[in-house]
Amino acid sequence: MAMTSIAQNIKGESLATEKGSSLWADAYIRLKKNKLAMLGGIVVILILILCFIVAPILAASGMNANEQDLTNRFAGVGEKGVLGTDQLGRDLFMRVLEGGQISLLVAIMATCMTVTIGVIYGGIAGYVGGTLGNTMMRVVDGLLAMPFLIIVILFREIITPYIDTLAKFLIDDWGWNDNTVLRFANLIPLTIAIAGFGWLSMGRIVRSAAASLSKQEFVEAARSLGISHRRILFRHILPNMLGPVIIYATLTIPSFILYEATLSYIGLGIEPPNSSWGKLIQEGANYLETNLTVLAVPAVMFSLTLFAFNFLGDGLRDALDPKASKD
Amino acid sequence: MLKTIFSRVTQTIVVVFLLVTFVFFAVRAIPGNPFASEKALAPEEQAALERQYGLDKPIGIQYFNYWKNILTEGDFGYSLAMKGRKVSTIISESFPVSLKLGVLSLILGMGLGIPLGILAALFHNKWQDYAAMVIAMAGICIVAFVLGPIFQLSIARPLSVLNVAGWSRPADIILPAVTLCFGVAAYLARLTRGGMLDVLSQDYIRTARAKGVPTLQIITKHALRPALMPAVTFLGPAFAGIITGSFVVENIFLVPGMGKHFVLGITSNDYNLVLGLVLFYGILMGIANLLSDLALIFMDPKLRNS
Repeated sequence: MAMTSIAQNIKGESLATEKGSSLWADAYIRLKKNKLAMLGGIVVILILILCFIVAPILAASGMNANEQDLTNRFAGVGEKGVLGTDQLGRDLFMRVLEGGQISLLVAIMATCMTVTIGVIYGGIAGYVGGTLGNTMMRVVDGLLAMPFLIIVILFREIITPYIDTLAKFLIDDWGWNDNTVLRFANLIPLTIAIAGFGWLSMGRIVRSAAASLSKQEFVEAARSLGISHRRILFRHILPNMLGPVIIYATLTIPSFILYEATLSYIGLGIEPPNSSWGKLIQEGANYLETNLTVLAVPAVMFSLTLFAFNFLGDGLRDALDPKASKD
Repeated sequence: MLKTIFSRVTQTIVVVFLLVTFVFFAVRAIPGNPFASEKALAPEEQAALERQYGLDKPIGIQYFNYWKNILTEGDFGYSLAMKGRKVSTIISESFPVSLKLGVLSLILGMGLGIPLGILAALFHNKWQDYAAMVIAMAGICIVAFVLGPIFQLSIARPLSVLNVAGWSRPADIILPAVTLCFGVAAYLARLTRGGMLDVLSQDYIRTARAKGVPTLQIITKHALRPALMPAVTFLGPAFAGIITGSFVVENIFLVPGMGKHFVLGITSNDYNLVLGLVLFYGILMGIANLLSDLALIFMDPKLRNS
């Protein structure tokens, strides 16, 4: 009993948070100096607001992304809607926003899965180390040697029927709204497949961070004070890994947006009535010669989003991990 | 050096074995069957086809037979979806196309990315550095299926010399190769910049500067070789990836390469084709990694002696 109380005093809530906050404050100052990263951050926030706040409000006020108007096909910018219409006379602006919703939703959900699996797996491998840790990492190395597109498509094809069965069950037996369930059911296999491959790199990064942390004096001190493994992992190792995890998660989102777009582009991702940037680009490319806006609008939004997330991620890395940046 | 070769070869064998095993069972877990077409097959026909391709046997026997045919006869079997075509024929027809395209785009990517990275490092934190890094980021963010149509519209359309798509004339390789090269160039520029900055802050570079060695000579004689090491590490796997084809670029420019078989093989449940391709890919990856290992040994005396 005495032991733990000393440990708690030494570990000291206030001490820990004070050190943490100064690190984050430092990082914020460094980030603010990086103009490109700040611009990236602002653009990310704007895109998120557009897709997840503005689009639903517009949709509720009667603007529909799927409403066809065949008399107004390929309407120019400003002629109908904000950015004109597509090949079926649908409002291009709304379609790009709703497509962005799906693209971002898939990427963010897959990133959350990646972080969860990667942190747990990598954390255990790094903290435990030894033969178990090494074996765990060899498995990751082996899986990383596979061609990513093949593995993601394989996963997706295998998972899809299970998700479909689940969706049918939810609609038939639980009486859920079939439209909502079916639209979600289309996203889930893709998300799981992307995360199923994506967590590997996260696992590697977390493992190396956990391995180097678990050798440091403060962890040794905690251990010698008899603090349990679980407490060391959750109170000492995990909080200190937050930096690399946040950096990597920020850089993971654009790469997952890209994976999703690639899969949708080749017809193995999002299916109608859902739409995503990759799907819109693929459809737009068919009308390259007749109408450029149909391709240009989603392509610009998509590339801009990738730019913004990557610049923000790079900036965060420089800010949170000055040793890794080459300044 | 022999040790490096030995460990790479064993590692490749293990990885290829695991890869094929995983994919063998995974492709069979996909719903659907390879013989399904527009018109439904009678059960007898289906059974006859399965017997012909050995798919009626228990899965363990199938797995054993697959390895036996490869190891004893070098036989990858027949494609299930493209009837009557051997997997080895499909690979030997499409691989040269992807190889040619991949090698050209890799050369373009190196010619573009490495100088850009060196430039960025030399002007570290100056506008040239920022410009180079924004360009490199553009190479990562403006992806093939955005870039391809842009090229088709802005280059192939006005210039009658180039076809918008197709693979009938020698010049047809240009646009897909250029489209593919930007991604490679972007990563190479970032890695070269990082490597160069590391090296330029070393003591021996300062000594060389203090002795009055001209900057150009410092770069070419002293800095370049160690600075390129991260780029060489990246080039190994990138090489294997790029010469096995890209479905997207092949699709845009109608290139008869290997990339499409990977994707179509899975969607048409063509087990033998997917396995053959994955096996081929794994071996290529092993060779590419070995080459990049050997290049690193050649570049770094410290690795050579250990």
